[in-house]
Amino acid sequence: MSANDFGSHDVRSGLRNPLKRARGFGSAQSGVGHWWTQRVTAAALILLGLWFVVTVLSLLHADYATAKAMVAKPWNAVLLILFVLTMFWHAVLGLQVVIEDYVHTRWKEVALLVVIKFLAVLCALAGVLSVLRIALGA
Amino acid sequence: MADTRRPLSPHLQIYKWQVQMMTSILHRATGIALAVGTLLVVWGLLSLAAGEAAFDQFKICMGSPLGIILLVGWSWSLFYHLCNGIRHLVQDTGAGYAIPQFVRSSWLSVIGSLVLVVLVWVYVLTAGGAA
Repeated sequence: MSANDFGSHDVRSGLRNPLKRARGFGSAQSGVGHWWTQRVTAAALILLGLWFVVTVLSLLHADYATAKAMVAKPWNAVLLILFVLTMFWHAVLGLQVVIEDYVHTRWKEVALLVVIKFLAVLCALAGVLSVLRIALGA
Repeated sequence: MADTRRPLSPHLQIYKWQVQMMTSILHRATGIALAVGTLLVVWGLLSLAAGEAAFDQFKICMGSPLGIILLVGWSWSLFYHLCNGIRHLVQDTGAGYAIPQFVRSSWLSVIGSLVLVVLVWVYVLTAGGAA
């Protein structure tokens, strides 16, 4: 391969460091990371979400002790924690795109992006700690 | 800020209504609704961890008329976002982009989500009242 084959379709490529193309991070400096993570969390949420719906339906008229015992079962606790983490991760990625699309004042955009991340981490921790507290019998 | 001297694409009211644009808008709208709904999941878990009184309070709120309306809305949002999300994952592989397929899969998302939400609520009601 001659040097001319590499990016010869782009007249500006002569001014660019080839490392930029090799890394493939693009102008956002994160490449396809956001896009890919959104798909992976989506795929996980198909299974976790359906499991969550079935679990909630099975607890339809359960009293407190039954519901608590259900959450305390090891596999249920593990899947619930996974569900909570994946759900908030996916939600942040989705809300991020919505904010980037519709909020055109830069400082408001950045502030909102930070606020949703803070809220998501706060709520995810609260959810995980609740499950652990029930599962570990505190 | 945006430089408004550049050419702008026509806004929504220009287009003829099509099911594909509705599925796209709904995917985003239900996504936002579900992001708010995550708070409900956490509230439920917190109340379960906090004790019986807190959990009963949670159950009373969910069983109230407003609670039921919100739960119906959130459950449909979940099933719609799920069905249409699977549709998008399939499309991400490059499949289903011919216009007839695209329209058919759009209707499949809408109808599939309605069928699922009806099934769930029929189950809830026949299992003897809500929440």
